[in-house]
Amino acid sequence: MTAGQRDDHAAPPDPWELAALAATLFAVDPIGTGGVALRALPGAVREQWLADTRELLPPGTPRRKIPLHVADGRLLGGLDLAATLRAGRPVAEHGILAEADGGVVELAMAERVKGSPIAYLCAALDTGEVVLERDGITLRSPARLGVIALDEGHDEDERVADALVDRLAFLLDLSPIGIREMGDLPYGPDAIAAARERLSSVTIGTEQVDALCGTALALGIHSIRASIQAVRVARIAAALAGSDRVSDEEVTLAARLVLAPRATTLPYLPPEDEAPPPEPEPPDQEGESENQPEPEKRDDPLADQVLEAAKAAIPRDLLDRLRLGQLRRPKVRSTGKAGQVQQSNMRGRPAGVRRGELRPGDRLSVIETLRAAAPWQRVRRAERPASSDGQSRRIEVRKDDFRIQRFKHRSETTAIFVVDASGSSALHRLAEAKGAVELLLADCYVRRDRVALVAFRGRGAELLLPPTRSLVRTKRSLAGLPGGGGTPLAAGIEAGLALADGVKRRGGTPLLVLLTDGRANVARDGSGGRVKAGEEALTCARLVLAAGVAALLVDISPHPQPQARELAQAMGGIYLPLPHADAGRLSAAVKATAGV
Amino acid sequence: MPVAFPFSAIVGQDEMKLALLIGAVDPRIGGVLVFGDRGTGKSTAVRALAALLPKQRAVVDCRYGCDPEAEPDILCAECRARRANGGLRSRQVPVPVVDLPLGATEDRVIGALDLELALTRGEKAFEPGLLARAHRGFLYIDEVNLLEDHLVDALLDVAASGENLVEREGLSVRHPARFVLIGSGNPEEGELRPQLLDRFGLSVEVRTPQDLPTRVQVVRLRDEFERNPPAFLEKWKRKDAKVRKRITDAQATLPEVEVPTHTLEQAARLCMALGTDGLRGELTLIRASRALAALEGEREVGVPHLRKLAAAALRHRLRRDPLDETGSTARVDRAVQELFPE
Repeated sequence: MTAGQRDDHAAPPDPWELAALAATLFAVDPIGTGGVALRALPGAVREQWLADTRELLPPGTPRRKIPLHVADGRLLGGLDLAATLRAGRPVAEHGILAEADGGVVELAMAERVKGSPIAYLCAALDTGEVVLERDGITLRSPARLGVIALDEGHDEDERVADALVDRLAFLLDLSPIGIREMGDLPYGPDAIAAARERLSSVTIGTEQVDALCGTALALGIHSIRASIQAVRVARIAAALAGSDRVSDEEVTLAARLVLAPRATTLPYLPPEDEAPPPEPEPPDQEGESENQPEPEKRDDPLADQVLEAAKAAIPRDLLDRLRLGQLRRPKVRSTGKAGQVQQSNMRGRPAGVRRGELRPGDRLSVIETLRAAAPWQRVRRAERPASSDGQSRRIEVRKDDFRIQRFKHRSETTAIFVVDASGSSALHRLAEAKGAVELLLADCYVRRDRVALVAFRGRGAELLLPPTRSLVRTKRSLAGLPGGGGTPLAAGIEAGLALADGVKRRGGTPLLVLLTDGRANVARDGSGGRVKAGEEALTCARLVLAAGVAALLVDISPHPQPQARELAQAMGGIYLPLPHADAGRLSAAVKATAGV
Repeated sequence: MPVAFPFSAIVGQDEMKLALLIGAVDPRIGGVLVFGDRGTGKSTAVRALAALLPKQRAVVDCRYGCDPEAEPDILCAECRARRANGGLRSRQVPVPVVDLPLGATEDRVIGALDLELALTRGEKAFEPGLLARAHRGFLYIDEVNLLEDHLVDALLDVAASGENLVEREGLSVRHPARFVLIGSGNPEEGELRPQLLDRFGLSVEVRTPQDLPTRVQVVRLRDEFERNPPAFLEKWKRKDAKVRKRITDAQATLPEVEVPTHTLEQAARLCMALGTDGLRGELTLIRASRALAALEGEREVGVPHLRKLAAAALRHRLRRDPLDETGSTARVDRAVQELFPE
């Protein structure tokens, strides 16, 4: 949100003041606080903030930058091949993390860094060292460091990985700060040096720890690391102020800086607040009800005060996000590494190499293969029989050296059509449903998607066509689809979901297209009854959402049904009534759902 | 190496601590998987365990730390030769707890040619990897769900057979590698493949405590530790020593702990009721219950032991029923309540 909209907030802390304080506190103990997740676009404000922290850190503090797409070897260290060959013995090379020991690393474009670099950083933050087991080298080097994660994300989806954010004490958003609002820093390097001296002797009171923990709970902050960080920050603040005991003011500050930006619920909103009251929490947060503030806590004045302060510092747009139900929830569980981006040997963006046998279709990485072979030349030459002396100067490459280029690419989509072939549908609409599927099929064909077909009628569901690229086969099995019987909707969704799971496991991206009128009347066990069948269908639909499978429901009844709409909502999918679904719209909807 | 937080100062997380202790008492339970929320002390507990384990005897100069008392087939080739040429000299060594760092390459995990010797003297010699170092101890993989698939496969193979076979560069080496695999991870980052799940003996779920007093306690102890680690360790030394004593006592009595037929039948009934695939679940449940009985100083495994460990031994082996939204833990608990009412 922009600065203008912040004016009406009750006692808003000045954003620059907080940012400057965070910089100072971080400079006192970069290692203990873990670091700062700094959300800001590149620009004068960010540069100034970074320059300020640099000035505050003692001279000589190492500072390294981690570029996006950093290679594992560069981050962790490894064999220094040039030096190794020159010296004739293995020479290890320190990685960025070990080089930054005792100082700070800046993670560039942190919102786009995922996977292994994040895991390495987290391990270094947790253990304070880098353990290297690579390229024939075992090396343990200290890597006590603080991280400044430069988050240039635009919207909610683009954020620094949770695992890293969890370990950083400060979450700062510099975007509301204009260059003219930036002032001086409250403390200089001398004060910081003094605070570093003092830090280990600063103590915090029991009731103060209580207050911080209570506030974290009331704000719905799940991870306990936040509370631990808040205690650390309070102690640092006291050390800066030249005191050996944490004062309530410093506890309040810690809550503002550490806890407020992580709030997931607003604890308590006075009715006179000009802000419109938030709607009840989204239904899918019911599991978090234990996070609600406990009423008896209101008697504790310090806890109250801390909570108030934290509330005032909660980002203004939290309200909006809560209302929209867009607040980041724990991610849906995914299975294995299957996802949108897949590793493959075929095509896409280069993504490292792997050791292995060269199979048809693989691409050899010549440079990496030669690198792997280089250190072993002497041994191999020695092994060579004397007779072949003339060729001994050539580089000897063996199967063990082969390094195969890996690529990342978007995985292919498999559209799974789950077609309701029951009597109620068949009567009027099955033909039209088939037409709709054919439309979509043509579309899938153009995009080289694979297609699978599940039909359900009578007592259960049936897989008519496992994932295929053959349009002809699909059309044939669709044409031969008989209609009639009950509507075992739950069984149909379940079968589609099982198929989707298989697709994901093999590294594809499934898309579930359900064509039904939503009127279930056969339960999974084959018994009749609308109520039970309907409930089961809804439960299955929720599983689709939980599995994170993209879904689209085409309502094929003559008059759009509320059940079908409910079902689509439960799946978290798009609802599309057939009467309005002409070819263009269907195709557009599939494209939108598949994210192509 | 940085100082580890003391094991006995870890607040709550009883199931995780118990599973680790059981792994320490009986390495044959097949590993412990700790899955759960961030910041619940998963790694802390494993590193704390490392600092706590009682020492064991190992052959002097053996690269694999062979047990001097071991059967010949569990000894490495060199120790077998040494034993034939007269006795094995041994000494007390700490139980290895080896961290498998993310980003480790296959050659360092499994073992490969010694690079130094190859470069300096042009000799071919085997340099043991992490698996060799973990022999008779623990191999800890944090973020096990992020580990590369080919490494996981190699690990599981060795963990199951207790032996590491290296075929590389014309070198053929076989050495014992019996270790307790401890994996930890956060399910939000990706789940484990089912076939991998089944290989772990016990699986525990850890959650962030949601009540204020526990959270306050955690934060307070952590703060005290960070302010002055040596003093903190001193304060908890006696409690840690007690835990260590429990482990050594249990290791000593384990062979004498009986499993009555009645208990075996009850375990079988429970596994049948839950429909767990294969016998692995049942075996693990019995084995873990024996270790638990030993830890509690008892000589016989009873239903209370089964009841306490049923969830850890079985929850990751249940077939998923898509319509049953209750978690596997709840399903095991329900079955336990039905079969063994208190």
